[in-house]
Amino acid sequence: MSDATLTAVRPVAAAPGGWFRNPWRKPRFLQAITIGYLFWSLVPVVIAVLFSFNAGRSRSTWQGFSMRWWTGDQFDSLFHDPALRAAMLQTFKLSTITVLIAVPIGTAFAIGIDRWHGRPAQPANFTMLFSFVVPEIILGVSFFLLFTYVIKSMIPLGTTAQSLGLITFQMSYPVIIVRARLLSIGPEYEEAALDLGAKPNQALRRVLLPLLAPAILASVAVVFADSVDDFVTVRYLSGAANTEPLSVKIYGAARGSPTPAVNAAATVMLISTMLVIVLGYLLYRKVSKGSGDANVASFAQL
Amino acid sequence: MASQTLDSGSKRKRRKQAPEAEGSSGALYPKWYWPSFTSPGAVWLVFLFLLPFYTILAVAFGTVDPAFQTPLPVFQPWWWSFQTFSTTLQKFYGDPAIFQQPAIRTFLYVFTASMICLVVGYAVAYYAARYAGKYRILILILLVSPFWISYLMRIYAWQSLLQPDGYINRFLEAIGVIGQPVNWLAGKPITVILGLVYGYIPFMILPLFGSLDRINQSMLEAGRDLGAGPSQTFRRVTLPLSKPAILAGLVIVSLPMFGDYYTNNLLGSTKTSMFGNLIDDAVSESGRGPEAGSLVLILMVIVIVPMLYYLRETKRAAEEA
Repeated sequence: MSDATLTAVRPVAAAPGGWFRNPWRKPRFLQAITIGYLFWSLVPVVIAVLFSFNAGRSRSTWQGFSMRWWTGDQFDSLFHDPALRAAMLQTFKLSTITVLIAVPIGTAFAIGIDRWHGRPAQPANFTMLFSFVVPEIILGVSFFLLFTYVIKSMIPLGTTAQSLGLITFQMSYPVIIVRARLLSIGPEYEEAALDLGAKPNQALRRVLLPLLAPAILASVAVVFADSVDDFVTVRYLSGAANTEPLSVKIYGAARGSPTPAVNAAATVMLISTMLVIVLGYLLYRKVSKGSGDANVASFAQL
Repeated sequence: MASQTLDSGSKRKRRKQAPEAEGSSGALYPKWYWPSFTSPGAVWLVFLFLLPFYTILAVAFGTVDPAFQTPLPVFQPWWWSFQTFSTTLQKFYGDPAIFQQPAIRTFLYVFTASMICLVVGYAVAYYAARYAGKYRILILILLVSPFWISYLMRIYAWQSLLQPDGYINRFLEAIGVIGQPVNWLAGKPITVILGLVYGYIPFMILPLFGSLDRINQSMLEAGRDLGAGPSQTFRRVTLPLSKPAILAGLVIVSLPMFGDYYTNNLLGSTKTSMFGNLIDDAVSESGRGPEAGSLVLILMVIVIVPMLYYLRETKRAAEEA
């Protein structure tokens, strides 16, 4: 501790426990825990990214910088290994399909549930939220059993089964995000449009959907990022090795003897999710400009 | 995540009652208009959420093809056989209770890891909400970022650090804590527990941050003015106000831990296998389909109460907001 802090603390500390009781003392202890936590939570990931540039085969001993595991090696690098290339493609394919189907269905579901107070609305909403909190292994195994033993002849394990599973698991995100937005904008704008003579579809297209744009955008970013990272559901539903996305390949390799090409694969996942989230946030801020809730905190609460 | 916004509709309903009663806008919409928005999602849930769920029952209470060893699901409840289910249940307390150890371990690990999540998470959330000052946005971004890093990559990163020749051993040797490299990945409970904490603690911090951030500063000042010391203010004002978030956080971190098998598969061994591993092993082996179904059912029974509690609490929080 430096002299300055010592002298600053000493007068109060003269009484037993005085420093501790001083309500204006600096929260050094909490600060240390917070910095320590952030360090602990993020530094391992940074190290894993750095090791994708390792010159040797090891993922735990640094042997110099090289692009070997990204592009250099003709057989084992991320962009040359056919299995890893196929996995990358599969990851983006599944995430795109999931976004294209889960976000429209989820958005429509949220609008419908919010405006329709009929009897079946409550159980439908409950089931949707239930699918949000159920541990993923339960959903993954139930899909696996369904596709393997019941409708095998119609939908074999593979891309279609994986997409169906992912969409089911991801659909609740747009529902929750869009509904929160519906709550904050209220029904008044739409009622005004109707009073001014708009037809229901016009009010929807020209008033409600533009107002919901930030929430829909946020849903797209969240669903895409979460689909890229998904592992439990897509692993159970991947048929042959050629439908395994990056996450499943990383899991398989991590249990064997991985090379830094796995680190490179994980880095690709990291960059794509981060890119989508940052892009989503920037668009979100642009679209919701003026509505007063366009800050990191409100985006983070999603 | 999204704990505050989950089911925020109920509040809305109250507010909407007035205009509806006057019939200002409701009349313009045909009766089928809003239900048609809900139906694609609802139909989807019936066929791809409820049907798979029912399949678990059909497989767990079904039979196995004697020739091919593949499960034959039985969808008619009146033909269900509960033999596999009771055999599976026996493995938890029967004579060769081979599932007992993993089950006990699961509860111990989940409890310990959740408590560590709470203590560390509370401190971090408290600091971020109360003292972060001009670094608030930066800290918030750093706290949220683990959500967007694949769980697998984060555990893989630790697996690399914990290798016998990894940086953790080298660091501990350098400062003289250990004499020779420790094999952290050979089924050490502490490795698996800390792995679970590492994986799920962000889910604890965000609801806590949201709750602590909303506490009105004047409440704390009132406590102080009335003569309470810092620790008393914390115990009697801050802590009770953040209690719903603590409980929600505990549920939301422990639910996925109960079904987690990959953390142990990457950081532990069979000596630290958990409930999730029992399920994963049964799914991966042919002929054990009904057993896998039975295990998933048992897991469902374990987690259903906290799940319903969480759904009810978030609904109530939305109504009160």
